[in-house]
Amino acid sequence: MLYRESGQFKSNYSEDQQIFPIRQDRIAIGVLLVVAFLVVPLVGNQYWLSALITPFLILALAALGLNILTGYAGQLSLGTAAFMAIGAFMAYNAELRIPHMPIIGSFIIGGLCAAAVGVVFGLPSLRIKGFYLAVATLACQFFVLWAINRVGWFSNNSSSGVITAQKIVIFGYDVVTPAGKYLLTLSVVVVMALLAKNLMRSETGRAFMAVRDMDVAASVIGIPMMKTKLLAFAISSFYCGVAGAMYAFCYLGTVEPEAFTLDLSFRVLFMIIIGGVGSILGSFLGAAFITLFPIFLNRGSEWIAEAMGVEISHAIVSNLEIMIFGALIIFFLIAEPAGLARLWQITKEKLRLWPFPH
Amino acid sequence: MKYKAIAATLLAAVGFAGTVAAQNEQFIPANFYWVGPYAPGGSGFGGGMIDYYAMLNERDGGINGVKLTWEKCETEYNNARGVECYERSKKKGPTGATVIHPLSTGITYSLIEKATADKIPVISMGYGRTSAADGRVFPYIFPLITTYWSQATVMVKYMGEKAGGMDKLKGKKIVIVYHDSAYGKEPIPVLTDMSKQYGYDLTTIAVPHPGNEQQSQWLQIRQIKPDWVILWGWGVMNPTALKAAAKVGYPATKIIGVWWSGAEEDVIPAGAAAKGYISAGFNAPGSDFPVMKEIQKFVYAKNKGEFEDKSRFGSIYHTRGVVAGIVTSEAIRVAQARFGKGKPITGEQMRWGIENLNIDDKRLKELGAVGLMPPIKVSCLDHEGSGLVKFQQWDGAKWKVITGWMEPDRKLVRAKVEEDAAQYAKEKGITPRDCSREK
Repeated sequence: MLYRESGQFKSNYSEDQQIFPIRQDRIAIGVLLVVAFLVVPLVGNQYWLSALITPFLILALAALGLNILTGYAGQLSLGTAAFMAIGAFMAYNAELRIPHMPIIGSFIIGGLCAAAVGVVFGLPSLRIKGFYLAVATLACQFFVLWAINRVGWFSNNSSSGVITAQKIVIFGYDVVTPAGKYLLTLSVVVVMALLAKNLMRSETGRAFMAVRDMDVAASVIGIPMMKTKLLAFAISSFYCGVAGAMYAFCYLGTVEPEAFTLDLSFRVLFMIIIGGVGSILGSFLGAAFITLFPIFLNRGSEWIAEAMGVEISHAIVSNLEIMIFGALIIFFLIAEPAGLARLWQITKEKLRLWPFPH
Repeated sequence: MKYKAIAATLLAAVGFAGTVAAQNEQFIPANFYWVGPYAPGGSGFGGGMIDYYAMLNERDGGINGVKLTWEKCETEYNNARGVECYERSKKKGPTGATVIHPLSTGITYSLIEKATADKIPVISMGYGRTSAADGRVFPYIFPLITTYWSQATVMVKYMGEKAGGMDKLKGKKIVIVYHDSAYGKEPIPVLTDMSKQYGYDLTTIAVPHPGNEQQSQWLQIRQIKPDWVILWGWGVMNPTALKAAAKVGYPATKIIGVWWSGAEEDVIPAGAAAKGYISAGFNAPGSDFPVMKEIQKFVYAKNKGEFEDKSRFGSIYHTRGVVAGIVTSEAIRVAQARFGKGKPITGEQMRWGIENLNIDDKRLKELGAVGLMPPIKVSCLDHEGSGLVKFQQWDGAKWKVITGWMEPDRKLVRAKVEEDAAQYAKEKGITPRDCSREK
């Protein structure tokens, strides 16, 4: 009833090709953006902004990067955290060594460096596939962290290998408040998500998907294998690099290479598996599930314990959190192997028919 | 009407009770870790700190009538979760978080700027950024009691003593096996500087996190045949190192561990391989100190202690947590003496309290903690406050303290601290405070 495209006629090609063909979707996205840009910074307190929403957005961007590579182009990668590390350390170096470097410029340099490394480590993908490729990208994960740890240049010869992100200055205005950092993160994420959404509808995106579905068939119909695969690696690593730079600058502030371990790579991979492989929305849903849910579980169990008046040992609560989380992951994978994004799609289809399903 | 009146009275009563309770409370976050590979350290340290606060509440009714309150938050020894816990806890209580003990070098690094901006002091007791000992550049960060660099110099000093004089160190071979992280790399510049001064050969060998595979590292050590091995490990890396050393036939008596490698949890899993192993420490283990007996009497006897497993009472991590509790509550006392007795203090006032903390031998005696911890005197210039280190040896059943408090090479450490702090100040555009103007 409310959600239906009947009566919405397209009279020219550009209307037919717009990103959100259904009017209700456009309105929903518009409202969401207004809320995100105007209401959230006003309403959200410091804790919500700096400890929950900002890291969620940053990791969603990283998940988006991995989704471009794994979900759309079909190349499995375990090097996400390494690309993030490159982004973080190179953005730091760009700020440090290039005078008057604007922060967005540093983010882009971080992203480009990650893209360059991504292309190099993407070369094996021309010959190997699937799990074997995952192992090759695993090498990238270890090599990059090793190099950052060993080569003093990356951390400006800090004895402990830790970098402290510089102040963020945009047009002479210091971004120090959580709301400011949140808005910066949000802007970058919205622009990049929009670009990704469009990219996937373009010829390049279709080439990615053709390679994913069957690379032999794709090369037969004339899609250049090398260009497509390496481009996928480059774009994906660029996204991860920018996410890493923001992880350092907008979130943690001070970063040691250990913040970007294999553990983080796995977490981002789980995000897209839970959220939905090959879906932009899925990257966001998955990131929300993986980053925010454990915290809600943690707080929720505290509230329940308080409300019931029982005192549960903290160690049990902490362990329970991990167990419930694990159980939920398994539940979701059984109930909906295609991820949360697929659930949303089903809901949408049901809504279109509502209230008269046939 | 009647119900309304009852409801109003109830509301008033609740509100009243709420404000009364809230006014006389001092909130201290307990952001530690109870799960994961480092849980023994987190739960032991956190348990000791909370036990001490609970004892103060039971015995004295808090500090000058101000009850200490705390709330646990699980950081999983993970930077991101640690920052989340910090943000969650910083506004709690009537005056916000008094002080944070991150109990992780990584989290400490992540909090340096945030906490300074929020005016909440961070005590990183025996971990964290060493150069934060320069209080002019790091007004809110307190690596209290002793730092990694002080410890490294004391270790070399101990080796010199065993060799019969510092000049005898010339030509000796020393290997440091370290956890490949910011924490593990922290002592290397100081050890390198000292190797130039004393003429020993230093080899650094990294062990990747988490360190449960060290075969190749110890084979390399066997080839080098060092006179001493410094073990800079954490968690599961420690017992693995001791077992690997035994396997290649390197004697445990020649291995000196950092204080995060020197708890019961680090040696018991290694079994016989750990016998004779030496480690540094800034607190002594044991349940015979008067303060520990008080905790036993006022907390554990009433079944309110943090540990379900009573054998952990008096372990290294537990007493280290008690030391943290002593340092924190004494600083609150100092701050209250200046800003108003019997009133909760803010983070900013707490900063003053820590900076003017002076726990001398007399006060240690009153606290019942002689020998448990060294005396501390903090100042604006010196946020370390002591620098003293003890050594202990594992006899197969318990840790035995084998030295008195040993002095670090203050001149060397201080010079490096100031150099590093100055570089940080330059990078961040901080103008160091003028300590002569602090009062």
